[in-house]
Amino acid sequence: MKAARSIATLMAVTTLITAAACGKKTPPVARPMPPPPPVSGGSANSGRPGTPPEPAREPVSVPSEPMRDDAISSASLDDLNKNSLLKPVYFELDSSELSADNQKTLDENAALLKRYPSWAVTIEGHCDERGTAEYNLALGERRAGTARAYLVSLGIAADRLRTVSYGREFPFDPGHDEAAFSKNRRAHFVITAK
Amino acid sequence: MTKSIVSGVLAIVLLAAWPRAQQPTQPPAPQQPSEVATAITAEGGGAPRLAVPDFIALSSDAETVATAKTISQVLWDDLNFEREFAFIPRDVYTSIPKNTSFADVPFDRWREVNADAVIVGTVQKVSAGFRVEMKLFNVRTRQAVYPRQYDGSNARLFAHTISDEIHKDQRALNGVARSKLTFDSDRDGERITGTVQQRSIKEIYISDYDGENQRRVTTGRTLNIAPRWSPDGRSIAYTSYRRGGANLFISNIFAGTLDEVTKGDKVGENWLPAWSPDGTRLAFSTTRDGNPEIYIVNRDGSGLRRLTNNPSIDITPTWSPSGTQIAFTSDRSGTPQIYVVDADGLNISKKTSESYCDRPTWSPAPFNEIAYAARSGPGFDIRVLDLSTGATKSLTFGEGTNESPAFSPNGRHIVFTSTRSGKTQVFTMARDGKNVRQITKAGNNYEPDWSK
Repeated sequence: MKAARSIATLMAVTTLITAAACGKKTPPVARPMPPPPPVSGGSANSGRPGTPPEPAREPVSVPSEPMRDDAISSASLDDLNKNSLLKPVYFELDSSELSADNQKTLDENAALLKRYPSWAVTIEGHCDERGTAEYNLALGERRAGTARAYLVSLGIAADRLRTVSYGREFPFDPGHDEAAFSKNRRAHFVITAK
Repeated sequence: MTKSIVSGVLAIVLLAAWPRAQQPTQPPAPQQPSEVATAITAEGGGAPRLAVPDFIALSSDAETVATAKTISQVLWDDLNFEREFAFIPRDVYTSIPKNTSFADVPFDRWREVNADAVIVGTVQKVSAGFRVEMKLFNVRTRQAVYPRQYDGSNARLFAHTISDEIHKDQRALNGVARSKLTFDSDRDGERITGTVQQRSIKEIYISDYDGENQRRVTTGRTLNIAPRWSPDGRSIAYTSYRRGGANLFISNIFAGTLDEVTKGDKVGENWLPAWSPDGTRLAFSTTRDGNPEIYIVNRDGSGLRRLTNNPSIDITPTWSPSGTQIAFTSDRSGTPQIYVVDADGLNISKKTSESYCDRPTWSPAPFNEIAYAARSGPGFDIRVLDLSTGATKSLTFGEGTNESPAFSPNGRHIVFTSTRSGKTQVFTMARDGKNVRQITKAGNNYEPDWSK
């Protein structure tokens, strides 16, 4: 878990400072290259090593059900949470490791939290029924804590982010198969104040 | 042959229907009759063979007749639970003339069906309820070895008391017929508005050891989970989310009061309280230092003391019967395993090396065992670790998933949850895994504990 946190922190810092993280394994090239085609999606990176950095594009979060800014500002907490404006992140069995997809999701959540600095958030840790009732309480806490630490590493103030673990008590999908379990192993974001 | 000594009739007044969760504190010595002079033995060895015909109603009103029938049936179940006696099947009784008093017991006929003992009782309606007289007759000597008289109003409690006293007198065994269970349940279908959907909440319940008299304890309309009986049987400690995060609460169920053990802003999450054997302290797990550690706290919230110090998860504590050690679950090795630590925090040792173990529960003396749930295939099975030999054995074998074991006060039974019948339900079984009984049927029921 510590290693994951360190990597998460490192990646977050890299993203913030250079805005050019996507080519980090490409060997340096000698001559200037034409700018790459725009990257779509939420990662919002452009440029490659060796090219003059272009002005970083503003990170744009694309909610699953797009809402305009004014809609977000005027929406009730209930509506914001029902639409999962802050997206959940999902975990592997018995794990609290943040996958690359999870980090991308959290990057987007962080962008929203920066755009709406008055929001306070509770991060709920949840587990599936394949762990015990007792240990899952702690595992859920660890999952919520991992997500929280990552957001803090992106510059979100720690006092805006509370955590609570519900273990396996509140499954999102009541089913008893992997399709359900995979939805239930999650850190879930609830906006509690705006 | 046994000599019978007819002692004077003891009048035992049964107070309120309960509590009677406490048991005598002498260490049980199973199957070791202490008073050979009065203990009824089986002819030719083996378990003594008992007949428990219906108690005799001394008046013909429906209430007295029903009480008499209930007492004998519950008494049969209570005595059968400990498997110290064999039973003459009920269908044999119909061939035997019914006696109407203690004077006309058909001993010859009971002898013919190989009974070693017959329990004869009378039920008399009195102003405050019923007066029950019971005599345990040695069929061969025709003498009453254990005459007793009780006053009370609760038919089941008459039977539970008689059963416990017969086990004590005849088998030197602390029976569990008056012990209680507690567990959490979603049976009420109560829901709270969650952040995505309605969420089903849980409340704390109690019941008799056999699942009768299931009663709700909490009305928090929130998550109330993992209840644990105090050693005196008068309080239940549990984990509740009624303040938002998880905190420790104590319901004093007879006083009708509620104590908050973990209060304040910076206490983190607090889970899974476990009573010290003397009832003065709770071991629990808390994140107040950033990650789950085992702490001990006085029951009034004072005297907080940290027991573990490790960046991993430490959770689910349980006390040794002497109060000198605590077993708990830690994933410091990479997976959840059972550890034991001295109550002063020293001498941590790892006790299991399986894929995933949790919910250790220390047995009462004289057994020196820890029961726990171990991952086995897609679910969990109940296993028992003998601390003196290090040997482990399974008590369940993949019949659904089986979790959250807790010992009966005499160590001869284990309560646990299983999905073998569909939903998650509370079951009891003997310490050898046999004699499985389903305790709950409504809703889902979890994390049971047995009174001490």
